[in-house]
Amino acid sequence: MELSTDLKYNKNDEWVRVEGNIGTVGITDYAQDQLSDIIFMEVTAEVGEELEKDATVAEVESVKAAAFIYMPVRGVIIETNEELSDTPEVINADPYGAAWMFKFEIMNPVELDDLLDAAAYEKYCQEREN
Amino acid sequence: MAYIPHTEVDRRSMLAAIGLERMDDLYDAIPKEVRFPDLDLPEPISEMEITREMLTLSEANLEVQHVPCFLGAGAYNHFIPSIIDHILRRNEFYTAYTPYQPEISQGTLQAIFEYQSLMCNLTGMEVSNASHYDGATALAEAVIMALNQHRGKRHKVLLSPTIHPHYRQVVRTYTQGMGLTITGDESLDTSSAMLAELLDEETTLVAVQYPDFLGRIEDFGSLGEVASQAGALFCVVVNPLALGLLKPPSEFGAAIVVGDGQPLGIPISYGGPYVGIFTTRQQYVRKMSGRLVGETVDSRGQRGYVLTLTPREQHIRRDKATSNICTNQGLMALASAVYLSIAGKQGLREVAELCYHKAHYAADKIDALDHYSLWHRGPFFHEFVVACPRPVAEINDQLLDYDILGGYDLGQEYPTLADHMLIAVTEVNSRENINDLVTVLEEVAHD
Amino acid sequence: MTEPQIYELSSPGRHALRLPEADVPKAALPEGLIRENLPLPELSEIDVVRHFVRLSQLNHGVDTGYYPLGSCTMKYNPKVSEDTARLPGFAFTHPLQDPETAQGNLALMYSLQEWLSEIGGFAAVSLQPAAGAHGELAGILIIRAYHKDRGDEKRTKILVPDSAHGTNPATTTMSGMEVIEIPSDERGNVDLDSLRGHCDECVAGLMLTNPNTLGLFEEQVKEVIELIHGCGGLIYGDGANMNALLGVVRPGDLGFDVLQYNLHKTFSTPHGGGGPGSGPVGVAEHLVDFLPAPVVGIVEEGDDVLPPLYGFVTPKKTIGRVKSFHGHFSVVVKAYTYLRMLGKKGLREVADHSVLNANYLRVRMRDVYRIPYDRICMHEFVAEGRWEDAPDIHALDIAKRLMDYGFHPPTNYFPLIVREALMIEPTETESLETLEAFIEAMLEIAEHARSDPELLKTAPHKTAFGRMDEVKAARELVLCCWPVERNAS
Repeated sequence: MELSTDLKYNKNDEWVRVEGNIGTVGITDYAQDQLSDIIFMEVTAEVGEELEKDATVAEVESVKAAAFIYMPVRGVIIETNEELSDTPEVINADPYGAAWMFKFEIMNPVELDDLLDAAAYEKYCQEREN
Repeated sequence: MAYIPHTEVDRRSMLAAIGLERMDDLYDAIPKEVRFPDLDLPEPISEMEITREMLTLSEANLEVQHVPCFLGAGAYNHFIPSIIDHILRRNEFYTAYTPYQPEISQGTLQAIFEYQSLMCNLTGMEVSNASHYDGATALAEAVIMALNQHRGKRHKVLLSPTIHPHYRQVVRTYTQGMGLTITGDESLDTSSAMLAELLDEETTLVAVQYPDFLGRIEDFGSLGEVASQAGALFCVVVNPLALGLLKPPSEFGAAIVVGDGQPLGIPISYGGPYVGIFTTRQQYVRKMSGRLVGETVDSRGQRGYVLTLTPREQHIRRDKATSNICTNQGLMALASAVYLSIAGKQGLREVAELCYHKAHYAADKIDALDHYSLWHRGPFFHEFVVACPRPVAEINDQLLDYDILGGYDLGQEYPTLADHMLIAVTEVNSRENINDLVTVLEEVAHD
Repeated sequence: MTEPQIYELSSPGRHALRLPEADVPKAALPEGLIRENLPLPELSEIDVVRHFVRLSQLNHGVDTGYYPLGSCTMKYNPKVSEDTARLPGFAFTHPLQDPETAQGNLALMYSLQEWLSEIGGFAAVSLQPAAGAHGELAGILIIRAYHKDRGDEKRTKILVPDSAHGTNPATTTMSGMEVIEIPSDERGNVDLDSLRGHCDECVAGLMLTNPNTLGLFEEQVKEVIELIHGCGGLIYGDGANMNALLGVVRPGDLGFDVLQYNLHKTFSTPHGGGGPGSGPVGVAEHLVDFLPAPVVGIVEEGDDVLPPLYGFVTPKKTIGRVKSFHGHFSVVVKAYTYLRMLGKKGLREVADHSVLNANYLRVRMRDVYRIPYDRICMHEFVAEGRWEDAPDIHALDIAKRLMDYGFHPPTNYFPLIVREALMIEPTETESLETLEAFIEAMLEIAEHARSDPELLKTAPHKTAFGRMDEVKAARELVLCCWPVERNAS
């Protein structure tokens, strides 16, 4: 299972790259593996929308499952990865790179403290395996 | 007679293997005070006796093979080619389950794929699901799909007053917990043009019926375009048999086409089971509820079929599913597919034309009677409304004395149409049947 | 061996359906409303027959072999019911003909309403819902309407166990209410402590399947029901698993307020490759007024000479109509036929032998397949399709290999709370010989999981088709075939 130490994670199996006050979000390697072949991805929130933590931002569907992507912290959507909707299989191939899903302006930096670091997220994944 | 193969020897050896003494021991977890109730049910009878009993019970009904039928109103007495029931009686079709294991369900899967294809070709739409319970629930599902398409941001639904009354009731039942405004059908006088005026950015869906409940074929004009511009979905409820003759709704801007497939080879059977047709455009396929069969290949390179886009459905989405539907009308969809295969390009047009010509013949003759007149003079398919000199219930009573099943009493649903009868004519009604109807109608014009 | 698609068999000019010429003058067709092209296939009758007969031969049905699909109750479908449902006196009646001319139908429906009420322990039943999920929707709408009618607008939550069938939460959302998931405890029952924590005056009700989807009778069902009733909520019962309860216990007597029956499971009507089913809903006395409309009632009492006059009645506070017309009448006829032949003794036999069969399989498989809740089960049980020393083998592979033995696999991956779940429901109509053959197959598969895992991973081998590429099906959506001319253009 791939992990990157410069990313933050949460229990919704999302990763967040924080650069200044901009966050970039995607789903983790563990998530794409669990979902298996992804066939559909759609960002349902709109650019410019301000959303609370845990609001639904996007939907992902694989052959056997459906998953929702939520806001990791409160913020305003500033960009979505339009290309990803056309080639959702990239989420399986490159979950941390080309498969970024959306970028947002962080409105409540305090909420970042609730996110997990790589070690904590790895532990969380292992707990679920057992 | 419970079709149980076990012998006493079987039971004893099985109980021993489980480690129990008696059958009752299987139920220790059940609270004793309510266990083993003495049910008040009639004594069982054998297969031999039940066939006699059911025959007697069935003969306590008036049935339309023996009595000419001019009653339609959403369920039609058409000719059903014999082949259909022979196929439905194939054990492999009717005793199979939902095709979750495609390797041993290709019969069901391909038949449904063909049903989907035939529905698309008939309605002019791009995708069809594997069916809903009936036309009414298909319309309700169309409303739900539109709501989801708009992400719950629009709350108004416009329904034409001449959509089948049951269908509109079902839409209201289904959506009673959703905080919607369902309107447009309060008055019979609301035309499509008036519906177009009610369309706004709050409207999620506008629906009409074609031909409508009163038999009329309407040109919906720019309603499709107006809906499109307002971002609302235009839904047309059809009689699929009429589409053997009439322009498909794809040609006037429909986003969703629903209807009931009963006229396509399904017996009237006191109201069900029928089949709910649901077709739409490709762009909405992910919001469409119900099962979907898709084409693919198997591990040996053979073309095959499989249930697809299943993450839309309840067993995966659970509380986020757009609908709870867990079934389709498998066998009835098969019936429609066989019917359309056997009728085909020429046959369906022939049946539709026969219905059309016979209905027009009947309408002309009835209109010529002194005490009856056609309520509507525009185009109609195989049903028309007649203004009667007496309450419809009385006329129908009298018609029964002559062994004729008369049309529908519209006063029950439309107060302004009291004493108006909705008469349906199909290919099954002979010229003689129709002449008899006309003669008797004239006779019973006075009490 | 693939079968061509219907359009591939089409040949221009072929014409099967022949009707008499019009015996009336031809009326003018309305201008501008007639379609120019009708892209339907053109086949002769023999083509159509062969096509669909060959398709049927690609199917496995109850009539071809064992079908232990958990929660589906794939019992034998009586052939006599197929005949009674097709009697012209039933099949050729119009739903809107004067009720006085359909007394046979109405008497039949009334009787079935009464018998289902008696079997379930309820005050009244509506036969209108078309399927289990449909009856479920009606049931939850009834609960919602009941609270609203009493002026109680706060009750917006429905509690649903995590073992529940997917329709339960989906139905709740459709009804405009919120799903609160309740975990199961180590014995597979609803976790009472968690349940207690959620009981408040915002709870409209609890949806409970009993026996639950693990095939277990809820050991604390009385406590569960008391808790919910105690905070003013109602209990909806998912009757999918009723096969185990017939003549054994009535959900109404346990305290269930509303329940949907599945005629196509418990009451032997055929599954038809996905329908039509029938999902009548039964209610306790306080909910009778809310049933979907119409129900069949006695509009004029009978006497020594005349039978009662039956008709349609609209319950006073009905949630409304859930379907056009009256329900799946021909399915109702089949269930009626079955019950008439069973009687109360037969019902009890059904329960006894379905539970006996399931427990026999359980004890014979338990040493080779892990059964997480290994105690007396009801009509079905759940085993795990995985072994630590065969890490590549999943429940799916076991299921696929079973087809090589001529069996339909059990339900896979449900309930969600058991990993690699195999839900096995033999039903009462399977003989000991069939069960033994199934056990043998399952044991052999367990062996091969270790000795020859590839055999399982590439199964099935003996069926006409292999595993389907589901990713391709979803990524390259092909949902229709078209006439050749259209493909060409």
